[in-house]
Amino acid sequence: MRRIGIDVGGTNTDAVLLDGASVLHAVKTPTTADVTSGITEALRRLLAAVPVDARRVDAAMIGTTHFTNAVVQRRDLTPVAAVRIGLPASASLPPFIDWPEDLAAIVRGRVFMIAGGHEVDGRPIVPFDEAAMRRVAREIRASGLRSAGVAAIFSPIDPSAEQMAGAILAEECPGVAVTLSHELGRIGLLERENACLLNAGLVELARRTTRAFTDALAASGLDAPLYLTQNDGTVTLASQAEAFPVYSFASGPTNSMRGAAFLSGLDDAVVIDVGGTSTDVGCLKRGFPREANAVVEVGGVRTLFRMPDLLSMGLGGGSLVEPAPLQIGPRSVGYRLTEEALVFGGGTLTCTDLAVAGGLLQLGDPARVAHLPRDLIAAAIRAIHQRIAEAVDRMKTDAGEVPVIAVGGGSFLVPPAMPGVSRVVRVAHHSVANAVGAAIAQISGELDQVFQNMTREAALAEARRLAEERAVRAGADRSSLEVVEVEDIPLAYLPGNSLRTRVRVVGSIAAEGTRSR
Amino acid sequence: MGEEARAVTLPEIEQLAIGAWILGTGGGGSPYHGLLNMRTLYREGAAVRLLDPAALADEDDVAVVSFMGAPLVGQERFKDPRAIARAVRMMEEYTGRRFRAVMAVEIGGGNGLAPFMAAALLDIPVVDADAMGRAFPEAQMTSFAIKDLPCFPLTLADVRDNGVIVARAASWKWMERLSRKACTEVGSTAATCKAPRTGREVKEAGILYTTTKAIRLGATVQAARRAHRDPTEAILEAQGGRPLFAGKVRDVARRTTEGFLRGTASIEGLDGYAGQRFDLAFQNEWAVGWHDGVPRVTTPDLICVIDSVAGEAIGTETLRYGQRVSVIVLPAPEILLTPKGLDHVGPRAFGYDLDFRSVFAEPRP
Repeated sequence: MRRIGIDVGGTNTDAVLLDGASVLHAVKTPTTADVTSGITEALRRLLAAVPVDARRVDAAMIGTTHFTNAVVQRRDLTPVAAVRIGLPASASLPPFIDWPEDLAAIVRGRVFMIAGGHEVDGRPIVPFDEAAMRRVAREIRASGLRSAGVAAIFSPIDPSAEQMAGAILAEECPGVAVTLSHELGRIGLLERENACLLNAGLVELARRTTRAFTDALAASGLDAPLYLTQNDGTVTLASQAEAFPVYSFASGPTNSMRGAAFLSGLDDAVVIDVGGTSTDVGCLKRGFPREANAVVEVGGVRTLFRMPDLLSMGLGGGSLVEPAPLQIGPRSVGYRLTEEALVFGGGTLTCTDLAVAGGLLQLGDPARVAHLPRDLIAAAIRAIHQRIAEAVDRMKTDAGEVPVIAVGGGSFLVPPAMPGVSRVVRVAHHSVANAVGAAIAQISGELDQVFQNMTREAALAEARRLAEERAVRAGADRSSLEVVEVEDIPLAYLPGNSLRTRVRVVGSIAAEGTRSR
Repeated sequence: MGEEARAVTLPEIEQLAIGAWILGTGGGGSPYHGLLNMRTLYREGAAVRLLDPAALADEDDVAVVSFMGAPLVGQERFKDPRAIARAVRMMEEYTGRRFRAVMAVEIGGGNGLAPFMAAALLDIPVVDADAMGRAFPEAQMTSFAIKDLPCFPLTLADVRDNGVIVARAASWKWMERLSRKACTEVGSTAATCKAPRTGREVKEAGILYTTTKAIRLGATVQAARRAHRDPTEAILEAQGGRPLFAGKVRDVARRTTEGFLRGTASIEGLDGYAGQRFDLAFQNEWAVGWHDGVPRVTTPDLICVIDSVAGEAIGTETLRYGQRVSVIVLPAPEILLTPKGLDHVGPRAFGYDLDFRSVFAEPRP
């Protein structure tokens, strides 16, 4: 299978062409403001470098930080109609209650709260108020809002209220994009609703972006299905993914980790991705990033859904070095490294200069750093190594020694040995590990639900079946699915035998003809 | 109102939320939603007053409130100020007497803010006191129960206009069983007004000034963060606490039995504790700690697990692999340390065959 992987970062757009397990070619181009012309340029250079018969590609995968940036920078967001189903419960904390005011002012179109929702044991809180939902839908149509987010109490246990609301919205205001919170995730109404509303606010941008990606592929003469990479290291068909932009929020660091696993052949390791400005440290478990099992803030909004567990710090190849007192980062020269660093004839002392002076790296003109005092170089490199070693130790969960994979353009800063680390692995193509990670991505399905009065075995089997359904819908080949994560937590103060179960399955992309609808 | 009641500001309520979470000793539920409710109520003009318990007349009536239920349900069905106010009003209708003030049954966790929600809607002050000085899982684990005060009546309300009055109960344990049953029936979350207390009972059997203590604790943490000081150090200094261990969480096992979230956690030592280990057992709250296999600390001493980096308390439901934590201990209220107190809340009340020996009985290191 031949695949193209593209990672659109804040600074660079990286692209690789993979044939089976071998990297045929890799390119790095600057990211452009419109994103797509950067992709077109990357594809042009990539395809120009390989023989014509290698240009027939089976799949193209794109990972992008575009949607996260839209939230963080408060741009390209659509105002949303928020519908909460749960009255009379949870009325005192309405939708958007804990959003930063500047973001809420953009996304909060209208807020509606109606009666319905479920108890933890599946009984309705009160009957779903269908008449009220119909009135709300007509008001949404009259208001001209183009996107709606619907969240019902305990919808991960019983999604029927959200589904009924979705059907009424489809009838009364066709053309309005609808996000239902149970499709995003986990128990925790505010955090699930927040993710749902962010998603609703991004849906139009996601559609435009996906269309632009498709056009960029077509303009490059590629006739391959397009997939978008997700937070958990898997991909979804672009046509499916455009409805769930929040699932692409953390795809950058995730793709680096997946690429590191692939290029090194290691499935369980700590991955250090050192860029120009920052370093991300994460853990691979069975080839996938370990997930954060806690609230993750995006642009100041508390959310709870599939996100990788990462430790980020302001340390990279372009980080500024202050000699006395010694301070390294978090400020960085970023993409201006090749103008401002000493070894390139600039006037700024950076980590890259230290590495050249200390013999860790050959780059630029070493004569320009020959004047640096030996003890400063030694002390600064020691400090960098110590910070990286501490970050690795914080992310480790095993007492035993683990391997570390160093990737990214600044990975020369990673020390050759660290306490608790069996070995430091460096790989070819490490500077485009993120694009490699995109190219090799598989498809997943996840389920997080509370089961009651079932044996643990029966609950796990049912959870697995539902997770597999989701994976097949996202484009996976059913026969290739395997369970990569199982977690079950018994719950306090609840009747019967309540078990919260989370199952995740992963499989390979179904061939064109066998993909199910 | 006399000057013995003072207005509590919203920044103080933010501090109360931080302090209450630490005093929750791992349980009691997060005060986050309570804080969001209070921000809304203050924005709408509420200003809750805090009353010095010494200013209560012996014959005053005080409402004792809490939200009851499963923490997981609280993540979907939020604590509602109207429900807690309704439980208090129901008690007034039942007894035919008006309340002078309202107080918390437990200062630890989300319930530390419950009387503030009621007070904001009922326009009566909050008494600066509670009946635990921390958080505990059951109704008989209070200073009022230890002092053998009557356990009934109790009112229970939900948001649907369901109301239950438990008119009598044979014991505090029976009250726990009957009210728990009603709570489960209305969806495992309910607002309750416990047996009313007289001013005299509060002064004699309450744990006094714990609201102020929680506010100060939160202020200490905030000040330490602003000054880039270690918040754990600041907590120990301000509360006369002692450090027990510092390390990284290696293993957490949870299970539910008889309505408790039970389990164990194992911490591997770092820095000065390298090569050593600390094991914690919990039943909603942290209950017992062993240092290298030797019992080191037990309830009712306040066992707190603090995130070493963020300085925030970590609950028994949120502790997870890989976290760097400090285990510290804060002194328990005197009444919990009496022989009668230990019958209710000592290690044996949680099923551990251990004698209670306070960390604070040892000479300062």
